[in-house]
Amino acid sequence: MDLGFLLVQSLSGLASASSLFVIASGLTLVFGVTRIVNFAHGSFYMLGAYVAVTVVPWLLDFDRSPLLFFCGVLISAAVVGLLGVLMEILLLRRLYKVPELFQLLATFGVVLMVQDAVLWLWGPVEIPGPRAPGLRHGVEILGQRFPAYELFLICVGPAVLGLLWLLMHKTRFGILIRAATRDREMVGALGVNQALLFTGTLFLGAFLAGLGGALQIPRVSASSQMDLSIITEAFVVTVIGGMGSVPGAFLAAVLIGQLNSFGVLIFPKITLVLVFLLMAVVLVVKPWGLLGRPEPAAGRAALPEGVLAMPRFGVWEKAIAAVAVLATLAVPVFGDAYTVKVVTEVLIFALAAFSLNLLVGHGGIVSFGHAAYFGLGAYAAGLLVTKGGLPMEPALIAAPIAGAAFAALFGFFIVRLSGIYLAMLTLAFAQIAYAVCFQWVEVTGGDNGVVGVWPSPWARSREVFHYLVAICCILGIIGLRRVAYAPFGATLRAARDSEQRADAIGVDVRRHRWLAFTLAGGAAGLAGGLYAFSKGSIDPTLLSIPMSIDFLAMILLGGMQTVMGAVAGAAAFHTIKDFFMPLTDHWRFFLGASIIALVLIFPRGLSGAYGALRRRA
Amino acid sequence: MAEPVLEVSGVTAGYGPAEVLFGVDITLERGEVAALMGRNGAGKSTTMKAIMGLLPPRAGQVRFAGQDITGWAPFRIARAGLGYVPEDRRIFTDLTVAENLEVGRRPAQGGRTAWTVERLYEIFPNLAEMRGRRAAAMSGGEQQMLTIARTLMGNPEAVLLDEPSEGLAPVIVELMAEAVLRMKAEGISVLLSEQSLDFAAAVADRAFVIEKGAIRFAGSMAALEADEQVRTTYLTV
Repeated sequence: MDLGFLLVQSLSGLASASSLFVIASGLTLVFGVTRIVNFAHGSFYMLGAYVAVTVVPWLLDFDRSPLLFFCGVLISAAVVGLLGVLMEILLLRRLYKVPELFQLLATFGVVLMVQDAVLWLWGPVEIPGPRAPGLRHGVEILGQRFPAYELFLICVGPAVLGLLWLLMHKTRFGILIRAATRDREMVGALGVNQALLFTGTLFLGAFLAGLGGALQIPRVSASSQMDLSIITEAFVVTVIGGMGSVPGAFLAAVLIGQLNSFGVLIFPKITLVLVFLLMAVVLVVKPWGLLGRPEPAAGRAALPEGVLAMPRFGVWEKAIAAVAVLATLAVPVFGDAYTVKVVTEVLIFALAAFSLNLLVGHGGIVSFGHAAYFGLGAYAAGLLVTKGGLPMEPALIAAPIAGAAFAALFGFFIVRLSGIYLAMLTLAFAQIAYAVCFQWVEVTGGDNGVVGVWPSPWARSREVFHYLVAICCILGIIGLRRVAYAPFGATLRAARDSEQRADAIGVDVRRHRWLAFTLAGGAAGLAGGLYAFSKGSIDPTLLSIPMSIDFLAMILLGGMQTVMGAVAGAAAFHTIKDFFMPLTDHWRFFLGASIIALVLIFPRGLSGAYGALRRRA
Repeated sequence: MAEPVLEVSGVTAGYGPAEVLFGVDITLERGEVAALMGRNGAGKSTTMKAIMGLLPPRAGQVRFAGQDITGWAPFRIARAGLGYVPEDRRIFTDLTVAENLEVGRRPAQGGRTAWTVERLYEIFPNLAEMRGRRAAAMSGGEQQMLTIARTLMGNPEAVLLDEPSEGLAPVIVELMAEAVLRMKAEGISVLLSEQSLDFAAAVADRAFVIEKGAIRFAGSMAALEADEQVRTTYLTV
């Protein structure tokens, strides 16, 4: 490895760091002011690229000049900025007072809607962009050729950092943004109209995301998968840098850019893992990121975020539970094959969602990566059967063990954090697991996964397998419910409501959360193992972000304030999704819109509605 | 008699299921300094927040400068000319002294002379010396001066001053008293909350005593000083 090679490698790391910073700076600014972690930031990035591949070639038809190219890029960014304004006015304004979990879900709803909108507007085929006039050549650096456009990108990052610094320190708007990042309520009490400030911030944030996307078009084609891949990277950058800190985002982007470009030389397969490991290490050493500060407590959520009342089953509830169990058991006798399949899956998801609500509803541990433990359970079971040659029974025992083991490992780091940082770390660990399953093709089959995950001969018929699933899941749910009612559950809720007070009366909060995390991971792993056998295959979507969101949507739909809500939510969510998905090409759009509608008009879910009914009766 | 600049009638407020205020009545005449006195937890800060719209009243009415401002967003109340100096100061620690003042800046209304940064630096010379310094690196007393100066930048007609003397050294408390009197001299009406009778007696014309979320005494400062029973029942710790 000669010097020229190292230099070029480092330069290309700087180029990607630069792009990443432009995007992440927007995300961190928006978070700083609004305290909303905006999943749709990745969608803005994608839209920036799509608008640019539409606008820039049109402009270049007039004259292939660098000036028109960059005008096109800026126009695209401005268009995206206006979309950000639209989102703030239509959606975010209604979200500032709701719990952060709901905010995240609602912005994820926007992600889903934008994905379908992009497919509808631009089609499923990737669209390559034009190359930048005047920057198409290569530059000779110590005997290595390096693209001029990449050199240009290297300059963009520091330029944006400088401009942002000027904006933040030399203009009233910037000073207000910085003030609001510390204490937005006080800014309001001094006569500043927060609504305008927030709208302005969203324009700036979306503009930066759009700029990042538009600048990418000479390097990568616009595609409908750009959003989720960039948003995780941008999350990692903002979390490592400290949420709300623009210089922190710059530092983190440079670190990650270098780690990526040199990591790929040493561990070509696991660069993603390296990035997330960096994040885990930084967060454990500095829980608020490199240049971040503890979150100001002002302006907290208005709704209770978890299970409050713990009523025992009354006559009605016992009757409903009995009918539900009997119906579940009777399905193979009376139902057709499709019904049996759906109910089997509902049972599996009910267990997974119930275990998630043990964390979210009881523990206040907002996990955005619960699919990781579901998926790792599925992979453990699936790989043992297909590659290990074991039968189903030991594989099904291994699934919860795998889920619990990884939950214990990841949870060890996760429970050290709280709030939004915790949520981001759960997401990061889930993405590590996803990346490993996706990239380790020899073992996991990569994107295609592994087929041939069949149950043992005795359980191979749909009916028998259904009973197996029913027994496992119902017992699992009863077990977890007992945990929730046990003193352990009460301790979790106490620590959720006030970590300090729980700590002061002698509760080892971290240990309790860690145990809960491990237990929930084990239950999700069991659900995942059962799911693998019900499908006969495993693939990385089982541990992807959308899967985690599905689980969250289930407990949201069911109502996370109640103990049994997760079960009702899983039943309703999966039945509806399974029924509607084949009917329309635009199910993402409808799913996204439904999630948003749920958050806005129905935040207590189905069992919240049931509870209101009972109180009235 | 002219209409009071601030009129709070029957205001109730609370946090979640906890009721804190049970019908508070306060009037602040134009140009006067009134003290809202009471022990810790009596409802002084909550009253201030309810007036300012930070904790919207559940019942009752707040009238300011001839308008019903009940239920208004805090920024509208501030723009109407009511300034607020919070108890815990809440200065923007990441910003410099000058930037903190900039956040508070609003145009003067009704033909009054506007407060300028220079005039404030004259009153608070300490702030002038550290205008470029980050507010996090200031002492408690300096921060208290900054938070008052920041509110004055909004050119308020009246100011809510929540516990201005709390936790400050005696020298600084004297400066605070001077600042309050200076505001009064400039024609600004001041409602301040206070535990210390000495401080209130030095600056206030009238007093309201609050206990368990309701006003128990309203009268002149002299009357309160004379009324030993009220003092021992509601104020002495």
